[in-house]
Amino acid sequence: MAEYETHQHDVLIIGAGGAGLRAAIEASAAGVTVGVVSKSLLGKAHTVMAEGGIAASLANVDDRDNWKVHFSDTMRGGQYLNQPRMAELHAKEAPDRVRELEAWGALFDRTPDGRILQRNFGGHKYARLVHVGDRTGLEMIRTLQDHGIHRGIDFHMETTILTLLKDAGRVVGAFGYDRERGRFRLFQAKAVVLATGGIGRAYQITSNSWEYTGDGHSLAYHAGAELMDMEFLQFHPTGMVWPPSVRGILVTEGVRGEGGILTNKEGRRFMFDDIPPLYKNQTADNPEEGWRYTLGDKNARRPPELLTRDHVARCIVREIREGRGSPHGGVFLDISWIKQKLPNAAEHIKRKLPSMYHQFKQLADIDITREPMEIGPTTHYMMGGVRVDAETQMSGVPGLFAAGECGAGLHGANRLGGNSLSDLLVFGKRAGEFAAKFAKEHGAGQINPDEADAAARSALEPFERQSAEAPYQIQHDLQDMMQNLVGIVRREEELHEALEHLAALRERAGKAAVAGNREYNPGWHTALDLRNLLTVSEAVARAAIERKESRGAHFRDDYPAKDEAFSKFNLVIQKGADGEMRISREPLPQMPEELKQIIEEMK
Amino acid sequence: MAKATFRIWRGDAKGGGFQDYESEVTAGMVVLDAVHEIQAKQAPDLAVRWNCKAGKCGSCSAEINGMPKLMCMTRLNQLPLDKPVTVEPMHTFPRIKDLVTDVSWNFRVKTQIKPFKPRQPDAPDGTWRMAQQDVNRVQEFRKCIECFLCQDVCHVLREHHLHDQFIGPRFFVYAAALEMHPLDTEDRLTELRKAQGIGFCNITKCCTKVCPESITITDNAIIPLKERVVDDYYDPLTRLFKMFRPAAK
Repeated sequence: MAEYETHQHDVLIIGAGGAGLRAAIEASAAGVTVGVVSKSLLGKAHTVMAEGGIAASLANVDDRDNWKVHFSDTMRGGQYLNQPRMAELHAKEAPDRVRELEAWGALFDRTPDGRILQRNFGGHKYARLVHVGDRTGLEMIRTLQDHGIHRGIDFHMETTILTLLKDAGRVVGAFGYDRERGRFRLFQAKAVVLATGGIGRAYQITSNSWEYTGDGHSLAYHAGAELMDMEFLQFHPTGMVWPPSVRGILVTEGVRGEGGILTNKEGRRFMFDDIPPLYKNQTADNPEEGWRYTLGDKNARRPPELLTRDHVARCIVREIREGRGSPHGGVFLDISWIKQKLPNAAEHIKRKLPSMYHQFKQLADIDITREPMEIGPTTHYMMGGVRVDAETQMSGVPGLFAAGECGAGLHGANRLGGNSLSDLLVFGKRAGEFAAKFAKEHGAGQINPDEADAAARSALEPFERQSAEAPYQIQHDLQDMMQNLVGIVRREEELHEALEHLAALRERAGKAAVAGNREYNPGWHTALDLRNLLTVSEAVARAAIERKESRGAHFRDDYPAKDEAFSKFNLVIQKGADGEMRISREPLPQMPEELKQIIEEMK
Repeated sequence: MAKATFRIWRGDAKGGGFQDYESEVTAGMVVLDAVHEIQAKQAPDLAVRWNCKAGKCGSCSAEINGMPKLMCMTRLNQLPLDKPVTVEPMHTFPRIKDLVTDVSWNFRVKTQIKPFKPRQPDAPDGTWRMAQQDVNRVQEFRKCIECFLCQDVCHVLREHHLHDQFIGPRFFVYAAALEMHPLDTEDRLTELRKAQGIGFCNITKCCTKVCPESITITDNAIIPLKERVVDDYYDPLTRLFKMFRPAAK
C-alpha cells in the first residue's frame, strides 16, 4: 500500500450537519474516540439553511398536543409508507432532544410565560415547531457545534470520502482526500456513521448546496447496503423563481405558517379548490376560518396553504401549467395581505420572518411586507436513503450506520416540514449511541490496502485524461435531464429515457478530464462528486419506474391515482453481484395494535 | 447582453496576481454567479468556497472592489460595471488558493472561550423560563453566520496581526452572547481582559459596517463587554466589595 496519512477513531462520522454533530456528541459521551469528516467548514452544512423549525410535541402552545398526535400526523403525511417504529421513536423522543438543545445554550423564541414558543406548519395538527424566527437551522447547528468542540472530537474539515473500506463484510474505515491540498486520507474506524444529507444537486432547480451529491447514499450502496424509498423526492412548494440567479432558493413554509396565502394571476386562492379527502376534516373551508387558525383559535381548522408539501407543490404546478401562473413562471405567495388584519403587520412580518424579508429585499428587490413574492417548486429533500434498523440506525452492513436525510424510513412517501430537524436530533443521537456501542463490542478490523490503492488510482484518473470535456458540463446536463424527465410529474417512457441518458452521462463522466493540480481544485471535486450523483439518479429513476401509482411526493402522470396494491411495500435497491442495480418490493413491517389504534383515533 | 470584466486574484500561499475574465451579466446576478460562470467556462480550477448562496452560511467571504463582502449577496447592479470588478481573498488570513483562505485560526480561538454553563433548571421538569425581551439581545448575536468578514476588516488583526493576543470581533460577539445569555453562570471577564485582548479594540466600528447580518457588533457586544471588564477590575467600589466577597461575579 502507498503511504497515506492515517487517522484512527472508534467511531467515524461522515457529515457535520445536524445528524452528524448530534451523533458525534452522543458517541463521545459514551466514551469512545470520535472523528468527524465534513466536505465544508464546520457549521456550514446544509442544516444551516433550515428555516421553519423543529417539530416536537412539547405542547407549550396547544396543550392538546402529544406524541401520539405527532406520530399520526407523520404517518398520514408519509401516506403510511413510513416505518412505524421510527415514527413512534421520533415523536416520543423529539421533545427531549429539543430541551437538551436549550440546556446546551440554544435560545428559541418564547411564549408569554417564558417557555419555548411553537408555530404552525403544514401537516401538523397543532402549533408544534420550535423556532427562532426563520433561522432555526442556524441556531441548531451552532448550538451543536459550540457544544461539540468541547467534547474531544476530532474534526477533519473540508475532507471528502471516496469509498468505505470493508473487512469480512463489516465496515472498518473510509478512504478520502482533503480538499485543500488534495492529499489522500485513510480513516480506520470500528463503526462508521453516514450523515451526508441529500441528493438535491442532481436537479437543476434546487434549494440544496453543492454538497448535496448523495455521497452517503452512494457510499452505502457500493458497500452493499440497501437503499429504500428512493422514488420519494420532495419538491418544496415555495422556492424563489426570479431573478434567475436565485431560482430554487428556499422560501420557508413559515411564511404560510404566519398567514401567507397562495394566489394565481387571477388573484384566486386556488388551494381552496382541491383539498384531499385524507385532510378534509382538518382543513378550513373558508379564508375567515384559516385566519382564525393562524391567530391561534383552537376551534378553527388550518388553511389549505398548510396542506402537505407534495400536495401544495402539485397544485402550484397545475396552476402554472394551465396558464394561471405569475409573470416568471411561478405563483404568488403573499404575506403582506395580513396588514388588513393586523395593525403593525410590517413590523410583525420583519420580526417573524427576518431572513425572508432580507432575502427578497436584497436578492429580488421585493419588499414582502408590501407586495407578494413569486414562488415555484424546488427540489428540496430526499425521503429515501439507506435502509436502517429503526432502533439502532445500523444498515444491513455491520458497523455502518446512517442518520438524517441520508437514512430512510421516518418520512415514508412525504416528509412534513419541521420533521427533518427533529429527525436529525432523534436519529443522530441514536446512531451515535449505537455506533459507540458497536465500536466497544468489536475490535479494529483489518484494512485492505488494495481497496485504498484502487480508490486513489481511480480518483486521480481525471488528471491523466486528454479529453476536452470538463465535468461541469456533464453535471449541468445531468441536472437538466433529471429536472425534465424525473421531476415532479413523471411518465414511464420518460423515465426509461432517463435511464438511457444516465448510461450516456456515465460514459462521458468516465472520460471527463480536469485541469490544474490537486490543490483546492473544484473541477476535480466536481468530477468525483459526479459519480455519486449518477448512482443516486439511477436509483431515483428505477424506483420511480417501479412504483406505478401516485403517492406522496411521487406523482405519475400515467398512473395519477393511489393504488391500494402499492400501499403494502417499500421499494428497496441493492447492488447485484454483477454490479447492476437490483430493485425489490419489501413488505411493510407489521404495525403493532397500539399504533394502529392511535392512527384510527386521530383520523 | 451586457458584459462585465472580473479581475480575480489567482494564486496560492507562494504568490499570485490578478487575472481578468469577461462574463455575461444577467438580471439579478450576484458576484458568486459570475465566479461560477467563469469557473464553468474559463477557469475550471478556480478555487472558491460557497454553500447556501443565500447569505445564511457565511462561506463565500471575499473582498469585492476592496470591500469585505459575501459574494452571494453582492448584486452586480450595485457595482459600477464600466470598470473591472475586483474579487480577491480576505487579507487577514493566510491564502490557500485563489479566493480560498485558511480560516482555521478562528476555529481554534473559539475552543479557548469557556463554554455555556446554565444555572439550575427553573422547573421540576428540567426546563427554564425566559422572557422574550431578555433573549432578544442575545438572539441578535446568535444571528452570526461566522463569515469572518469582521475579523478580516479589523485592523488589530489585518494590520497589526495580533492573532495571538486578540480574538477579534467575531469572538467578542460570541463571548457577549454567552455572557448575556439569561441562563449562563460562567465568568469570562478575566480572559477577555487578558488573553483575549478586548482592550486592543478602539471601537472604530469597521466590523459593524461590514457585518452582512447587521449585528451591531461594537455598540451592542464589544462596548458592553468592555464596560463589564472595567466595572469588574477598575471600579474602586467593586474592588472593595470583592475584597469581602471574592467569589462574586
